[in-house]
Amino acid sequence: MKFNRKNKLIIGLCTAAAILIAKLFSIQILDDSYKMDARNNTMVYSTIYPTRGVIHDRYGNILVGNKVAYDLMVTPREVEEFDTLTFCEVLDVTPEFVREKMQEYRRNRRRIGWQTVVMIKQLPPETYMRFAEVAYKFPGFRGLPRSIREYPFNAGGNLLGYVSEVDANYLAKHPDEYKSGDYAGKTGIEAAREKELRGEKGYNIWLRNSRNRIESRYRDGEMDKEAIPGDDITTTIDAELQHYGQMLMANKVGSLVAIEPSTGEILTMVSSPGIDVEMLADIGQHYSEISSNPYKPMFNRAVQAPYPPGSVFKLVNGLIGLQEGVLTPNTMYPCSMGYHFGKNKLGCHAHKSPINFEESIMMSCNAYYCYILRNILENGDYGSIDEAMDKWNEYVKSFGFGQKLGSDFPSELGGFIPDSKYYNKVYGKGGWRATTVISLSIGQGEIGCTPLHLANLCATIANRGFYYIPHIVKDSENVEIDPKYKERHYTMVDTTHFPKVVGGMYRAVNSGFGSGGTASIAAVEGLDICGKTGTAQNPHGHDHSVFICFAPKDDPKIAVAAYVENGGFGATWAAPIASLLTEMYLTREISDKRKPLEDRILNGDLMDRVKVR
Amino acid sequence: MIDAGGHRGRGLAKTIDWSLVICWLVLVLIGWANIYASIHAAESGSIFEFGSRSGMQAIWIGTSVIIAVLILFVIPPRLYEGLSLPIYLIVIGLLVAVIFLGIEVKGSHSWFAFGPVRFQPAEISKIATSLMLATVMSQLGYKIGRLKDFVLTAAIIVLPMMIIVLQSETGSALVYVGFIFMLYREGLSGWLIFMIGMAILTFILTLTQSPFVAVLVLLGVASLCICLYSGRFKWWLIICVPAIALLSFIPDIFTAIAQAQIGSEAVEAIEAARAEGTAAEMDIPFIMKVRPLYVLLAVIGIATPFVAFHAFRERNTFTHLAIISLLAGIVLVFSTDFLFNDVLQDHQRKRIEVLLGMKEDPAGVGYNVNQSKIAIGSGGLFGKGYLHGTQTTYGFVPEQSTDFIFCTIGEEWGFAGSAFVILLYVFLIWRIIHDAERSREGFTRIYGYCVACCIFMHLFINIGMTIGLMPVIGIPLPFISYGGSSLWAFTAMLFIFIALDRNERKYF
Repeated sequence: MKFNRKNKLIIGLCTAAAILIAKLFSIQILDDSYKMDARNNTMVYSTIYPTRGVIHDRYGNILVGNKVAYDLMVTPREVEEFDTLTFCEVLDVTPEFVREKMQEYRRNRRRIGWQTVVMIKQLPPETYMRFAEVAYKFPGFRGLPRSIREYPFNAGGNLLGYVSEVDANYLAKHPDEYKSGDYAGKTGIEAAREKELRGEKGYNIWLRNSRNRIESRYRDGEMDKEAIPGDDITTTIDAELQHYGQMLMANKVGSLVAIEPSTGEILTMVSSPGIDVEMLADIGQHYSEISSNPYKPMFNRAVQAPYPPGSVFKLVNGLIGLQEGVLTPNTMYPCSMGYHFGKNKLGCHAHKSPINFEESIMMSCNAYYCYILRNILENGDYGSIDEAMDKWNEYVKSFGFGQKLGSDFPSELGGFIPDSKYYNKVYGKGGWRATTVISLSIGQGEIGCTPLHLANLCATIANRGFYYIPHIVKDSENVEIDPKYKERHYTMVDTTHFPKVVGGMYRAVNSGFGSGGTASIAAVEGLDICGKTGTAQNPHGHDHSVFICFAPKDDPKIAVAAYVENGGFGATWAAPIASLLTEMYLTREISDKRKPLEDRILNGDLMDRVKVR
Repeated sequence: MIDAGGHRGRGLAKTIDWSLVICWLVLVLIGWANIYASIHAAESGSIFEFGSRSGMQAIWIGTSVIIAVLILFVIPPRLYEGLSLPIYLIVIGLLVAVIFLGIEVKGSHSWFAFGPVRFQPAEISKIATSLMLATVMSQLGYKIGRLKDFVLTAAIIVLPMMIIVLQSETGSALVYVGFIFMLYREGLSGWLIFMIGMAILTFILTLTQSPFVAVLVLLGVASLCICLYSGRFKWWLIICVPAIALLSFIPDIFTAIAQAQIGSEAVEAIEAARAEGTAAEMDIPFIMKVRPLYVLLAVIGIATPFVAFHAFRERNTFTHLAIISLLAGIVLVFSTDFLFNDVLQDHQRKRIEVLLGMKEDPAGVGYNVNQSKIAIGSGGLFGKGYLHGTQTTYGFVPEQSTDFIFCTIGEEWGFAGSAFVILLYVFLIWRIIHDAERSREGFTRIYGYCVACCIFMHLFINIGMTIGLMPVIGIPLPFISYGGSSLWAFTAMLFIFIALDRNERKYF
C-alpha cells in the first residue's frame, strides 16, 4: 500500500471510527454502571416538584405561601389484586371511583405503558399518612408530595390569581416547558410572574429490581437533579389595606384602586364581587360555581371594565382648556341649572353663579365644562373641528386613557376615547358639531375608562403632571421589573396648570357642608384630602357613583379611585369608600368621628340595584 | 437505456455503483425503523401512521427516492459544472434571506416555513459549496499552493460558514471545517491540519490546565519540530527536554519560596483572593507578584532571537515559521479567555465546559449527554431488542428522533448494532473516496471528497456527541435522523456523486 494522501486520509477515517467504537465499547461493555438488563432492572424517574415562589406584600407579609399535599400516583402495570375496601377507607373514596379508574387504566394501557399516572390529586397530609401506613399492601401506588398554595390573608383573590394543572391547550401553547401533571399560574400575578414563580423541576433516578421493587439509587444519585425552588415575588400590595378595601366593597359591585403616586405602585386593587382566596386554593372544585355566578367574579373590573368616568373627567377637560389657552383660572361662566344650546339643555344642579375655574371643580358645574369643551373644539387655531377633536383625543391619551397603561397586570384593557374618525363614522363627515358631542365635557358619552385609568389620573394630578405606569410587582433580589416602571410619563399639559386643579379638588372636599363643595363627606381632619366626585349616568338603572382622591395635598402618599356601580351620587358611596381607604392607609385607623360612616359603608348592600345581564 | 444526453452507453446495472446505493438504502431504513422505535411509546400507531414522525419519515424517504431517480436518470450530470456558480450564489442568497425571513426554531433563524413544510437552506449549502469547490479547483492551472487560488478556495468555504454562524447555527458551520481534508488531498500542506490541531489543543490546555502549561507544551512541540526538521533529534532529547522539565518546576519553586517567606496559609489566602479577583488590596510578597508564566515568556523571549539568528545564517525558513507559529500560539493562549467568554455564546460555553470536565452538571447542560450515555450504555453487547428500549421509549433522551437517534440504536441494538452502523458509514465514506480516486476528472474527484468530508463530519460530531466525546452540537446523523430537509439534502448530495461517477464509467 502506498503511503499517499488518499491512504493517509483513509487511515485517519479508520482511526476516527476506531475512537468512536472504542468509546462505545467502554460504555456499553466495560462500564457496568450504565448497564441494566432489560428484564431485570429499569430506571424509575421520580419527579421532584419545586416549591413555588412565595408572594409577599409590600411589607413582607406573606400573601401566598405553600403547604404540602400529596398526589396519589399509580403505575397501572405494577398494580396487583388489592383490598379495595381498605383502600377506599383510608383514602376516603368510593369503590365506584376506584373501579372506574382501574377500568380507565385498562382501556388506555397501551398509551400508559409503564408510565406512572396521577390517581387522586392533592390529598391532605393526614389522609396520606393513613395510606402510607398500609401502603405495602398496595404495590404500584405511591404518594408524591407537592406543594400547593396557601393564603394567610383574605386579600386580593382576583389580583393573585390561581394555579391549576396545565391542560392540553396550555401544553400546546408552551411546548417543552410543561408536562401534563405540572401546575401553572393561570390568572393574576401567578400568571404574570409564572416564569419566576415556578422554579425548576428535578428528579431522582431509582433502580427497580425484577420484583418491581425500587432497590437503590442509580449511581448513588450522581445523575439526580435537585428541584430549584421558584423565586419569591414582592408585590406592591398592602395586604391589610387590600383586605380593608375588600370589606368596604363587600356587597357592592365595582372597583377600588389605590396607587402610591410617587412610584406608581398599586397599593390596593379590589374588584367586587371577587374571588375568595379560599376558593383559589382549590379552584377546580369551585370553578363552575365561580363561572356561573351572575356577577362574574372572575371579571376583573379594575382593569377590564370600560366605564364612563362621569364628572371626574372634567379635570382632564379643564387641564386641556388651560393648556390650549381657551380658559384661564379666572374665567367666569354662568350656569342656570344647566347649559342651554338651541332648544336643548345639559342640566346641572343648583349652585351659585357665575363661578371661576376652581369653583367649577369644587361644585362640579356641568355648564362650565360645556363652555370649555366648546372652546376647545371650536378653537380657531385649528382648521376644522376634526382637527380640534383629534388634538383633544391626543391630550386625553397623554393621560393614559384610551389605551392599555402597560401595567404588569395581565388582561388589562384599554378602554376607549373617541376621535374625529369615530364621529365621522357615526354621524357622517360634517354631520356633527361641538354640541353633538357636548356630553364628553362631563365624562359621559362615548368615553370608556377603567378604574385603573381613573386612579392613574388621580396619581397624575397628585404628582402635578406626570405618572409612573401602575404596577404590582416590586423590584426584589431575584426579580427585576421592567425599567419602564421607573420612568416618569408627562402629560401634554404643562405642570404649571396642575396646582389650580389641585386647589379645586381641595376645596371640593374641605370647604365644609353648605359651601357647595360636592365632596365634604370625604373630609378627614388633618389629612388634607383632595378629591373629585362623579356621577355617571347609566341607561340601565341607577347612576354609578365615582370618586377619585389623593392625600395629603402636598406630598401625596396615596391616590384612590372608587367606582360603585349603581351607587347614585358620587358623594353617597364612592366618596366615603375612597376617603375611608385613604384614612386607613395614612393613619392605620378610622377616627371615632367617622365610625358611623364606616358602619354605613361596611353594612351597605347595593346588590339588589345591580341588574344582572 | 438511454440517458438524458441521448448517448448510448454501457448498461445501467454496470455503471451505477450499486454498493453506494445499497449502503444508502440500508442506512435510510435503519433510520426509519429507529425513528419508529423512538416514538412508538408516545404515539402507539403503526410505523406508517400519517402525521407521526415515522409516517412522515416514510414520506421523506419516498420523496428522496424520487430525488435520487431524478438525479440519476433525468438531470444530465454535465450540467453541474456549469451551474455550480449560479447555484452557489442562489444558496448564499437563501442563507442570507433566512436570517430575516426565517422562523425562529430553538433560538436560531435558519428555517424557512412554507405552511407545514420547513426547510433549512444550510442543508443544501453543503451541496452548493461542494459543487463550487469542485468547479473552481478542477480548473486548468489551479494550484492550491498559490496564494490567489488558496484565498479564493478559502473564501468559497468561509462565506457560507460565516452566514450560518450568523444564523446561530454554529454546529452546522463546524461541518465546513471538514473540507480541510479534501484540501489536504488536493495538495494543501499537511502542516495546516497540524496547526489547527495544535490550536485546538492549546485552547483546551489553556482552559483546563493553565496558560503556563499551554505555553510549555507549545514550546516543547515547536522545539521538537525544529530539531526534527534539521535532523537533530538527539539535541532535542539532550538539551530541550531537560530545559522544559526544569521550567515546568517554576510554579512549584515559586510557591515553595513564598511559603517559606510568609507561611502556607497566607499563600492560600492570596490565591483564593486572586481567583475571586479581590487580591488588589492585599499585601503581596514580591515572589508572588512574579507570575511563573511571565518567567517562561521571558525565557522564550531571550532564547528565540538566538535560534532565529542561527536559522537566518543557515537559511532555514522552517525554523522561522516554527518560531512565528510559536508566537502565534502564545497570542492564542492570551486571547483564549476573550474567545471563550466573549465570542462563544452562553450555551456553547457551557457545553464545552461540561465536555472538558471543567464543570460537573448532570442536571443542566450535561443532562442530554448523561441521558444519552445511560441509554447507549445500557444497551450492552446485543442491546435490549427492537422496540424494547426502556430509556429512549420513555422520553428521557431529548431530541431522540433527530439529533439523538443514535441512542435508540445503541440501546436497542447494543454494541453490535452501533458498531455495525459506524462500520457501514466507514464503508460508505471509503467507497466514495475509492470511486473519487478512480475518476479521471478532477471535478468528480473533488466533489466526491467533499461528500465524504461532510458525511464524515456529521458522523463524527453526531455520534461523538451522543457518547460524550464531543460537545453537544445539534447536527443530524446523515440518512438516519428524522427530518425531510436533511434527508433530501444528503440524498441529493450522494446521488449527484453517484451520477457523476456513473457518467464516467459509461464510457470507460
